[in-house]
Amino acid sequence: MELFQYSDEHDALRETVRQFIEKNSEETTVRELMASERGYDPATWKQMAQEIGLQGLIISEEYGGGGFGFLELGIVCEEMGRRLLCAPFLSTAVLAASTLNHCASAPNQKELLSRIASGDAIATLAHAEPGNRWDARSIQMQAKQDGEGWRLNGSKSHVLDGSLADIVLVAARTPEGLALFRVDPDAEGLTRTNLPALDPTRKLAALEFENTLAVRIDSGSDIEANLQTALDETVVALSAEQSGGTQLVLEMATDYAKSRFQFGRPIGSYQSIKHHCANMLVASELSKTAVQFAAWCADFARGDLVEAVCLAKSQCSRAYFNVCNTNIQVHGGMGFTWEHPAHLYLKRATGSEQLFGQPTSFRARLGDLLELES
Amino acid sequence: MQEFEVRQRVQALMGEINPDEPGVEHLDFLRAKFDHGLGWCHFPEGHGGLGLSPKLQATIEDEVQKHSKSYVNPFFANLIGHGMGAPVVLTYATEEQKKRWLRPLYTNEEFWCQMFSEPSAGSDVAGLSMRAERDGDDWIINGQKVWTTLAHLATWGMLVARSNPDIAKHDGLSYFVVNMQSPGVEVRPLYQITGEAEFNEVFFNDVRIPGDQMLGKEGQGWQVAVTTLMNERVSIGSAYAQRDSGVGRKLRKLFNERANQHKAASRATLRDRVVDLDAQYRLNTLLGQRAKAAQRAGNPGPEGSVNKLLLAELQQQIANTGLDLLGSDALTFEAGYEFRRPGEGERDLEKAAKFDFLRSRAATIEGGTSEIMRNILGERVLGLPGEVRVDKNIPWKDVPRGN
Repeated sequence: MELFQYSDEHDALRETVRQFIEKNSEETTVRELMASERGYDPATWKQMAQEIGLQGLIISEEYGGGGFGFLELGIVCEEMGRRLLCAPFLSTAVLAASTLNHCASAPNQKELLSRIASGDAIATLAHAEPGNRWDARSIQMQAKQDGEGWRLNGSKSHVLDGSLADIVLVAARTPEGLALFRVDPDAEGLTRTNLPALDPTRKLAALEFENTLAVRIDSGSDIEANLQTALDETVVALSAEQSGGTQLVLEMATDYAKSRFQFGRPIGSYQSIKHHCANMLVASELSKTAVQFAAWCADFARGDLVEAVCLAKSQCSRAYFNVCNTNIQVHGGMGFTWEHPAHLYLKRATGSEQLFGQPTSFRARLGDLLELES
Repeated sequence: MQEFEVRQRVQALMGEINPDEPGVEHLDFLRAKFDHGLGWCHFPEGHGGLGLSPKLQATIEDEVQKHSKSYVNPFFANLIGHGMGAPVVLTYATEEQKKRWLRPLYTNEEFWCQMFSEPSAGSDVAGLSMRAERDGDDWIINGQKVWTTLAHLATWGMLVARSNPDIAKHDGLSYFVVNMQSPGVEVRPLYQITGEAEFNEVFFNDVRIPGDQMLGKEGQGWQVAVTTLMNERVSIGSAYAQRDSGVGRKLRKLFNERANQHKAASRATLRDRVVDLDAQYRLNTLLGQRAKAAQRAGNPGPEGSVNKLLLAELQQQIANTGLDLLGSDALTFEAGYEFRRPGEGERDLEKAAKFDFLRSRAATIEGGTSEIMRNILGERVLGLPGEVRVDKNIPWKDVPRGN
């Protein structure tokens, strides 16, 4: 597969997903779900799995998945991002699935990935800890051996869909290094608290562990590096979501600029507004490019993946935030109201920018890769 | 014709004549390449081509380079001629003129320049005022052109002038090919803020052009010019791709050279900026690749115009950051401002950073200002309505003009 070349099957996938999401993630639905505690619609979730097989996209066919790659996942996430789909997809089908793909032992992969692919389970990974670090190396939680099992103590922060998840994966350290654990969501000593999120379309939780029983499920080899790969792959999907949202917000602003009249003419005929829209287009095209490159690297050029992920996180975060900000400006007073969807995108953009690490930290990492003095 | 057949044709040519061999002039090789139809393969037979897909030219160049180390693709030295002159001649000139013009253009025996812009017509080039007045079968030209690359070396110039000021501005233009050695043509260097003169001003004082050197019909000048400009966009695009690769790399190198000169806090800020700009630059390069892929797939989108706009602004920001990296060393300009034509001389990183800073001011102006590019993106890509126009459907002579 060559870079920036997409097949008819890709177009068909995009069309299918777009139709499904436009039907199931209308603005009224988004508003209902974001105000609900659960934050997603179980019926839609089931359909996603059973009718299109979305949850199993990057899960191998052996475990009931589709065995697709990141080009396909990127397309799906772009479409979800366009309509702010409220569903535990990023946590379950990307973060947890990718973590299991890279870090879990075969029997655990078999059990857990097949439950994800079928849409039966919501899953997540608890890795980040209070502070501002999202990389695998910064994980400090210690796991203590207790007979056959392990005990966990401490806090995990900003866990995606942490209160909902049926499968809770936890990254913690053993004396030999980083390891992957699974805890029963109802385990004694586990407290899951929903965080009041700036972006209400995405559910976040704080997890407190107090001598919580955990089962070690990793494959034992180089978990820190493998987990980092899973986190990087998740950023590819997040960037695709951001890029999809960016495209939709560009369309929203452009449509408004055509239909809103002031001083007897459409505001989009004024260069001040036109140039705002042109800048949004530039931002959007660059983000698309970054996402396609990152997805392609994930599928076909693993050696360039980290670099591509850093480019994508830096580009897509800024672009999404900027277009959301400009979109409010183009809409004038209307854009500042609760009633208008502009703020839903602004909040999604702001949340996504910080999630899995802020753009500056990715640029710092890119600077290291490029061997810049520090 | 298949790729392998094209390669066979090149091999046949190289068997006859190879510029690597002693005694073979590069010019003779270029003439032979043209005569074999391998100059620009998408042109018709007899005019340097074989009527093939333009994509195959890359195959030809590749095959020539396999057999010859000394071969230089003539395209880049005579960019305007190859990129704009040849296509417009092919489309609008008579058979006889094509025979006269195309071969020496291809071989760079004759350089070409393009004269559209005027001091009073930049973005609004269709508002230009150079006059063309009929005199028997000939035309008499008066007025001034500006920003003319290669005019001081060119044998031929492409010229748009106003043949009828009494009708709407787009309708009163005609397109000519003018011999630059004609009496009354005066070429002066136009010095830029770098001290160099890459461009010229060209003055026309009662210059006579034979009537058969009008391309297209009287009043069709704008359509002919648009064809030419479309070719300019393609050729400038490829020139940028050649000239600008590595701007980001140069900035990173400069950062590493200068990092220790800055205190830790400012170093961290500068480092983030360098990575950021380098990242955007690389993404824009990838966007260029995406534009090509989209073109190949037959659905070109807005990528090309976005690419040009971004490149211009990034070049400036990269250059600005370069100066910040130099710090107080940016206070001096060792090259001096002696007026000169562009040189070939090597520049070290520091000199290049200062030169690029000044030169890149033009990036957001040349080849379409960033404002015009944004209008194009807004109107042609996003479908936003145009500005209210005060120059439409009135005679050109009645359009308000400043000085």
